[in-house]
Amino acid sequence: MSRIQSVFQSLQASGRRALIPFITAGDPVPELTVPLMHALVDGGADIIELGVPFSDPMADGPTIQRASERALANGMSLRKVLALVSDFRTTNSGTPVVLMGYANPIEAMGVERFVAAAGAAGVDGVLVVDYPPEECEAFARTLKAGGMDPIFLLAPTSTEQRIREVATIGSGYIYYVSLKGVTGSGALDFNDVAARMPQIRQGVGMPVGVGFGIRDAESARRIGEVADAVVIGSRIIEEIENSPRDQAVARVKNFVEGVRAALDQIQGAPR
Amino acid sequence: MQTADKPYRFPDAHGHFGPYGGVFVAETLIPALDELNAAYEACRNNPAFVAEFEYELKHYVGRPSPIYHAKRMSDVLGGAQIYLKREDLNHTGAHKVNNCIGQALVARYMGKPRVIAETGAGQHGVATATVAARYGMECVVYMGAEDVKRQAANVYRMKLLGAKVVPVESGSRTLKDALNEAMRDWVTNIHNTFYIIGTVAGPHPYPMMVRDFQTVIGKECLVQMPEMTGRQPDYVIACVGGGSNAMGIFHPYIDVAGVRLIGVEAYGEGLESGRHAASLTGGTPGVLHGNRTYLLQSDDGQIIETHSISAGLDYPGVGPEHAWLKDSDRAEYVGVTDEEALAAFHNLCHLEGIIPALESSHALAYAAKLAPTLPRDKILLVNLSGRGDKDMHTVAEKSGIQF
Repeated sequence: MSRIQSVFQSLQASGRRALIPFITAGDPVPELTVPLMHALVDGGADIIELGVPFSDPMADGPTIQRASERALANGMSLRKVLALVSDFRTTNSGTPVVLMGYANPIEAMGVERFVAAAGAAGVDGVLVVDYPPEECEAFARTLKAGGMDPIFLLAPTSTEQRIREVATIGSGYIYYVSLKGVTGSGALDFNDVAARMPQIRQGVGMPVGVGFGIRDAESARRIGEVADAVVIGSRIIEEIENSPRDQAVARVKNFVEGVRAALDQIQGAPR
Repeated sequence: MQTADKPYRFPDAHGHFGPYGGVFVAETLIPALDELNAAYEACRNNPAFVAEFEYELKHYVGRPSPIYHAKRMSDVLGGAQIYLKREDLNHTGAHKVNNCIGQALVARYMGKPRVIAETGAGQHGVATATVAARYGMECVVYMGAEDVKRQAANVYRMKLLGAKVVPVESGSRTLKDALNEAMRDWVTNIHNTFYIIGTVAGPHPYPMMVRDFQTVIGKECLVQMPEMTGRQPDYVIACVGGGSNAMGIFHPYIDVAGVRLIGVEAYGEGLESGRHAASLTGGTPGVLHGNRTYLLQSDDGQIIETHSISAGLDYPGVGPEHAWLKDSDRAEYVGVTDEEALAAFHNLCHLEGIIPALESSHALAYAAKLAPTLPRDKILLVNLSGRGDKDMHTVAEKSGIQF
């Protein structure tokens, strides 16, 4: 069983939701990435999504694009992201790390080399935003052979057939994008998500995390009522952006603690 | 050179040209592309749609565009004869409008009242704003903030035509950032919005659809060249940025044996300088903007900034079908520098009384190199993809003149 699967299994046994925060590696500076990862865990994160910066993050909104630009200006690269994961693993061997990014840096490194290096660094899952299932069968196979989970997105517009395809090729969990648009977009329709979730959860047969548009403890709690996991990205990047450098780690931990507490109020399994 | 012994049929059903092309987008865009694919299949097989497209090209754009024998230029060069396909004479001054009309008609068929576009120098933006006005559609054009400053006249043109121009402040604030922003708009407003992509790039079906609309250029040449010269040309030459004018003239010639297809990329300040926009001759395969193709990228897979005197060629990728034509050796790709393109620009002005676009000047510059090496009975067909009115500022500045 993968580290991701065992995290979900123990959470489900205790009726809790997974909290999955996202930060971009190398933002605001590479030296803060590992301390921020530990702060996320201390604040109550179950899994960390670590963004691999890319020059053209088409599916992201302005907040995460700014984080990518800062990271790239700091010389961040896929190779350095993997080094940061290794560094994190020297003191944390339990929290799964999922890399989230775009196809081109991986293809530039070469899929085989990337999978070997990611496995050695202690990566647990990889979500490539611009690899839909039909374009990455070989990649997903290689990743699974390397002991990692290929994580896929589903959207409000995804068809039944699409849900089945993703379930076949993906593993670990499914990331349901809760609204149309890009990361950090505004309005989140809880009723929409709640209405769609049973069908998605049943269709994929693995835990479903919901993200895009979750901005505070309250919206996290409402999503947590119906999902297995809650993903928060842009809001945490804003916290980092708006904090003085020496307070960023503490403020991120504080924010994540608030969300954790809200999620832990939820009773029972997702509706 | 490979000559086709069986008909050329690309892309496959999934939009692949060999290893290139495809649909490399986030899940949120998949249903929109599926919907577009179905609509485009319905349109291209519908005689009424095809008839309306052809009617618009004839009466609104002014097609067919003529072919012109550049006799003085050929004589001065002293070798092969140079013929120009006059896309510069189209309404709005370039080949771009062919594609915009086609996509606007597909948008209307799909019932989308709003169209969006990205633009670099503003030519595709102007063409999109033009057809949006023609068909009564709301139009939003994304343009890098740098380009908005450099291309004030085109920004004003788009506004005159009723379009809203949104300056994009992210990234390098140029074409690729405008493209990213247009994609984001599309994801957010998919229910009522059609994204008119300006070149043969992006996720399937765009590279195929844009090519299909632009092949009117080459199809006309297939008829016009024998009428004028008694035969097909020996070489077909076109500039390549994203590559839509080149695909438009190349594609109908792919199965014609003995015709060499030459794409001319922008070498900017020279291929060795690193300041260029030559993805095919100076780049490596990768994934960007929804397709796999040749890209200008760092060792680490980050897209790098490009340079060309011609804004229309200033793009770090290229249409996936060009990548395939390169790898399969059916087309050859070369480059010329800013300086060579400028010299060709001035030559055509002086020798033929035609002011070419700086993009097209790249194709002319390569023709000027090639012609003297060939006998006088050889024929070069150059796609003069646009006129140079939009480039007055750039050229004047190079000559130290201020308006």
